[in-house]
Amino acid sequence: MSSVTEPKAPATNRLGLAVKEYGGLKSTLCIGCGHDVITKQITQAFYEMAVEPHRVAKLSGIGCSSKTTAYFVERGHGFNAVHGRMPAVGTGVMLANRTLLSIGVSGDGDTASIGAGQFVHLLRRNIPMIYVVENNGVYGLTKGQFSATADLGSKLKNGVINDLPAIDLCGLAIELGCSFVARSFSGDMKQLVNLLKAAIAHRGTSLLDVISPCVTFNNHDGSTKSYKWSKDHEEPIQEIGFVPYFEDVTVEQVPGETQEVEMHDGSKLRLKALRADYDPRDRRKAMDLLSDAREKQEFLTGLIYINEQTPDFLTQLNMIDEPLATLPESKTRPGREALDAIMKELA
Amino acid sequence: MSSVVTRESLVPAAKPEKPVVNDFSLQVATANGSGSQSSNSILMRTIHQMGIPVSGKNLFPSNIQGLPTWFTIRASKHGYIARRRDVQVLVCMNPETAHEDVRTVAPGAAVVYEESLKLNTLRNDLVFYPVPFSKLVLELCSDGKLRRLVVNMIYVGVLGWLLGLDPAEIAEATRKQFQGKAKAVDLNIGAIDGGWKWAAENLQKRDPYWLERMERTGEKIIIDGNAAAAIGCMFAGVTCVTWYPITPSSSLVESLIDYMKDHRIDPETGKATFAIVQAEDELAAVGMVLGSAWAGARAMTATSGPGISLMSEFVGLGYYAEIPAVIFDIQRVGPSTGLPTRTMQGDIVSTYFLSHGDKSHILLFPASMAECYSMAIEAFDLAEKIQTPVFVMSDLDLGMNNWVSDPFPYPEKPIDRGKVLDAAGIEERGGFARYRDVDGDGIPYRTLPGTKHPLAAYFTRGSGHTDRATYSERPEDYVAIMDRLARKHDTARSIVPKPEIFAAGGKAYIGIVAFGSSHYGVQEARDILRGKGMETDYLRLRSLPFGPEVFDFVNSHDRVYVVEQNRDGQMKSLLTMELGGESGRLRSILHYNGLPLDAQSVVEGIELGEVKL
Repeated sequence: MSSVTEPKAPATNRLGLAVKEYGGLKSTLCIGCGHDVITKQITQAFYEMAVEPHRVAKLSGIGCSSKTTAYFVERGHGFNAVHGRMPAVGTGVMLANRTLLSIGVSGDGDTASIGAGQFVHLLRRNIPMIYVVENNGVYGLTKGQFSATADLGSKLKNGVINDLPAIDLCGLAIELGCSFVARSFSGDMKQLVNLLKAAIAHRGTSLLDVISPCVTFNNHDGSTKSYKWSKDHEEPIQEIGFVPYFEDVTVEQVPGETQEVEMHDGSKLRLKALRADYDPRDRRKAMDLLSDAREKQEFLTGLIYINEQTPDFLTQLNMIDEPLATLPESKTRPGREALDAIMKELA
Repeated sequence: MSSVVTRESLVPAAKPEKPVVNDFSLQVATANGSGSQSSNSILMRTIHQMGIPVSGKNLFPSNIQGLPTWFTIRASKHGYIARRRDVQVLVCMNPETAHEDVRTVAPGAAVVYEESLKLNTLRNDLVFYPVPFSKLVLELCSDGKLRRLVVNMIYVGVLGWLLGLDPAEIAEATRKQFQGKAKAVDLNIGAIDGGWKWAAENLQKRDPYWLERMERTGEKIIIDGNAAAAIGCMFAGVTCVTWYPITPSSSLVESLIDYMKDHRIDPETGKATFAIVQAEDELAAVGMVLGSAWAGARAMTATSGPGISLMSEFVGLGYYAEIPAVIFDIQRVGPSTGLPTRTMQGDIVSTYFLSHGDKSHILLFPASMAECYSMAIEAFDLAEKIQTPVFVMSDLDLGMNNWVSDPFPYPEKPIDRGKVLDAAGIEERGGFARYRDVDGDGIPYRTLPGTKHPLAAYFTRGSGHTDRATYSERPEDYVAIMDRLARKHDTARSIVPKPEIFAAGGKAYIGIVAFGSSHYGVQEARDILRGKGMETDYLRLRSLPFGPEVFDFVNSHDRVYVVEQNRDGQMKSLLTMELGGESGRLRSILHYNGLPLDAQSVVEGIELGEVKL
């Protein structure tokens, strides 16, 4: 591929901030939890993308995954809402202040069971926010019951077999018009950080369904969400390179080998397909890929679908550019003559 | 058709010898979806334009077309606008209910009816006016598809002749109703005039009911409470509205959408200074309110009882995490689906204590169109000042019926966004702790996401927290926050709208407590009781929590009748909880059949209570 050797990451980003300034509280999750690895990649992605920390709004519902928003970007406001209802809160946040960068972190229970109702409407509206599902197939905080993303035939520690089909969050998202759909694995840090950076650059809902093994309740033989099973079965559909809009890196490209996707903010996503000519801009192919993978029980990761043309919800609402939150009274309270006119109409 | 009829040629019936002038109730029975709403609005507006105090109540089914509906118009020279139990003039357009309708009107009532229904044999103490509506409409309307609607205009004309309406005012009201659309105005005035002429040629007035022009001072408007609240919300500076359709609250947001499109588009950019989103359900609607209010928007939703139940969990979060929210509850009859198109004050206890754990909320009780407007404005200021969900407890009677009102005044006070610190504010104070009671009023300071200061951010959660908003399960941290929230609620007692007290002048040992749409029945009842020699003092609650005036009022009367539109005496229960030993003075007058409260029910309740004494 490239003959240019990558320069060592500088100690600070272009805002002059060190990576630790994107950190948060110490995690209280179990040692070895996949979620902590994802937290680390989120921290790294925000740092590398040089996002101003005060512009970040961190949102979550209830569950192990939802606790993690306290563990990164401490200088951004956080909102840990009620179970399964983060999408509504996130929607409200973005309505109030469109200049924020919202990231929601949820789990498979919080998203696919109690929160399914709100999740589908978030996707349908294309609310500009990053939505990370830390997907381990079980309820951790209530000690290991199956969730709705557990695979058919997967086994619990106590031997119970899951006899219901899994909800495929990525398939659901594409069906509902989500404009950025990716699946990743907490054990694949390089892929994950690049997908997260691309999600930061994307304007619209970015869904990242990240398989994140639960080391305490779902990491045994017979589980299809264990670290070992995932590591053994992960099959990336492409190699993902990401060039942020502010970096001027010229990479030698072999024509026909990589696809380049220009992101909303000018960043570039470079994809080298590992499965014959897979193009994530083709919605039908994306649906086919996922249904084939389901049939064959394949664990495919990578950018499954992207559409940089889908308008986000705030654009559709034709809202003023300034945040609604801080509009002055002169913009939000019509004058005396407006009331007089209304009263005259009603007389 | 209207062009051939001059207003001067429409002469009403001869005025009765012993007339009952400007003091009766008129009821029109039709089928839902037959367009009778326009006819009834024209009737009500005409009476209003003649200077006569008037009120209208629409009793409609949960149905789009076909089921029975009744519209009652009360004219009262004394200015009474509560529902009147008895009906003096009846118009029967619905064969389904005609027999029952005739059976229930007051003796001596005038009954206008489709002649083929042959209702005149049902009673011999009424005055019957058969009208061949179905034949007349064939002559008056050439378009077969419109006849079903136009037939209802004919009764406007018949009543115009019968009751002495001013034909010029009818024409004006019709123009207003159809907003000047010439074709519709002509068609409908044609049918009205046709009805009038037919009545003049074929009927002879034999009942005493009569309407006559009165002098009125000052301009008035006609509006429903939902539209009034919508205007209030717009002038409150609302920026984020998220909602889920539910009767009887939908028209609040629908009116708001229209007003905002007219008055809240930024003239410089042509873009909206607001967001209105129809959510997927009430849980999402209130979740979006909390999200946007947390991020700094002035946010609201509007719903009714079933929606309030669904919002319960999120409202608890709003209370505990201290996030402003304005929630309109246009109450209808519960429990469950109940009677979705009938009125009730049935959500008092459930809303005051909405959600699990310890909590109580701020509730406002508008009783008039002016208060639907002004309390909407006040609710936003209170929610942001106190940083908590605030409920505006309207009801179907206020929200969906048309009322005559004085025009609304422009808000006097600037918008109050409460204790929000920006970067300079944080700098000045050398930092901030989200849940610390700095001012001793229980109300902390907050910052908004996006504030560019290294100390601005905090973490909002529904789990236990310290005054610095960090996670805590320590007993003393939990108790400290809960006790401060109780102090905050006490602060609210002194800044929520105070009750309005109507004193008889030191002579009364009987007190009445009521709120919201019960006000008009209570005021009329007090006059009736005074006529019988019984003086009463009256306190109209305008908010919860109770302030000291409420306790003083109860304690200074021998007996206090709490009048409310529910079965369980919900407001009385709240008073009993807070009054403790003094609660023996309280008695309930309960009205819960889904109809608006009438004065007679209050009179009977108090008389019965005083006999039992």
